[in-house]
Amino acid sequence: MLKGDSLWFRYGPQLPWTVQNISLAVAPGEVLGIMAPSGYGKTTIGKLLSGYLPAIKGAVSVNGRSLPQKGYCPVQLVFQNPELAVNPRWRIRQILQEGGKLNLAQLAAFGIHPNWLSRYPHELSGGELQRVAISRILNSATRYIIADEMTAMLDANTQALIWQIVLDFVKKQQIGLVAISHEQRLLERLCDRILNL
Amino acid sequence: MLSLSNLSVTFTQYDRGLRRKQLRVITDLNLDVQAGEVVAVVGASGSGKSLLAHALLGILPQNAVMSGTMTFQGEPLTPHRCRLLRGKAIVLIPQSVGYLDPLMTVGPQVQRVAQLTGRTKAAAKTAVKKTFTRYGLPAKTFDLYPFQLSGGMARRVLVSTAVVTPAQLVIADEPTPGLHPDVVSETLTHLRELADAGRGVILITHDIAAALKIADRVAVFYAGTTVEIAAGRDFFTGKLRHPYTQALWRSLPQNEFLPVPGNQPNLEQLPQGCLFKDRCPWVDDLCREERPALRELNDGWVRCFHAEG
Repeated sequence: MLKGDSLWFRYGPQLPWTVQNISLAVAPGEVLGIMAPSGYGKTTIGKLLSGYLPAIKGAVSVNGRSLPQKGYCPVQLVFQNPELAVNPRWRIRQILQEGGKLNLAQLAAFGIHPNWLSRYPHELSGGELQRVAISRILNSATRYIIADEMTAMLDANTQALIWQIVLDFVKKQQIGLVAISHEQRLLERLCDRILNL
Repeated sequence: MLSLSNLSVTFTQYDRGLRRKQLRVITDLNLDVQAGEVVAVVGASGSGKSLLAHALLGILPQNAVMSGTMTFQGEPLTPHRCRLLRGKAIVLIPQSVGYLDPLMTVGPQVQRVAQLTGRTKAAAKTAVKKTFTRYGLPAKTFDLYPFQLSGGMARRVLVSTAVVTPAQLVIADEPTPGLHPDVVSETLTHLRELADAGRGVILITHDIAAALKIADRVAVFYAGTTVEIAAGRDFFTGKLRHPYTQALWRSLPQNEFLPVPGNQPNLEQLPQGCLFKDRCPWVDDLCREERPALRELNDGWVRCFHAEG
């Protein structure tokens, strides 16, 4: 169980609270949707749950233990903008290998062409790079996925294609998924439970 | 007002040493835009949507070779004419404030756009203030830096850059992703208003549902070519002509959420025959041999041998 327990966060001591007393939990194999108006701190909640930002008050835990400080984090965050999530000086092959050995069947399912592997991130389009970023985290060390507007920049067909693969993986590996989005219709399709903040 | 026919764009890249390769990024693209209408250009990333905008503005990179014809207001759009018209008769509403100068407040930046189209400094300043007021931006916005704007304010400032020019053709490149639904519908309303005031608007987007809210016509791009040009209402009445357009529509979460598997073809080696053949349910020998031409069907256009009314 991934748990966020009364989380508080603000970006500076003088600034207003971005996240105020938020508690949520997601179980293995469960898909939880988070919907809230703009500026409600959805993205910040995602960053707190994945250990990308430390909560000022409250705690995040996986099966009762806090997130590891070193090594591969069992909670993986996928951003809306993949350019921010990859090393611009690495080739795609090296980026994908951060998530373990290359899984060729999975790459093919995502439509990641073998000749992309020797390219640099700026030589792929945003949609292509996002598929790389998602493929990288679909491995056995990932136990929870936080998808923050993961497919907002993709066309409808690619969006449906990617979610089909991700949901299949999540069910098979019993991974807990938190989907953050503006799009109610999409969340209704994906989620077992939707949290309206 | 604007008419493109059989536009093709090829990039020449150096592969290894002096070996060159050709990348056909746009193939036989057709599109026309009338004054007073919004034409949405939809398609997957890598389908050539943004390159179309670059071609119209004459800002394709040096290694691009273009063929086909582009005419704007009855005269050919040559590279020289593109340079003269861009920012004046043809303007781009960019994707994000990332396109503004981060070290300069936004008012003077928009004012400069207005001055470049021939207004005096005073007239330009008045025009900018009037436009900001019209879009509900507080007077102090004039002196804010781009990073101080919220997502919604930023969109209004970017739309203002087009409004302060007398441009007849406005190109909006992906104006909506990642924005709150209220800001999205506000931005779309502003684009609709530009068209209702007699301008032509090209709305480039991957978000077909958003596009349909305001578009008179929708051009669907696939692998750098136009596969269908449909009226907006055709989507709701089940009159879509091309199998790819039908698939796009079906794959929306509010419809069936069912994707067609596969990918766009590799632009380095475009296949013989129809560009959609490997994902198409209707494919036969003819499609594998020959590339279909864009043809008229039920008041729209389709690039498919088998589409019927």
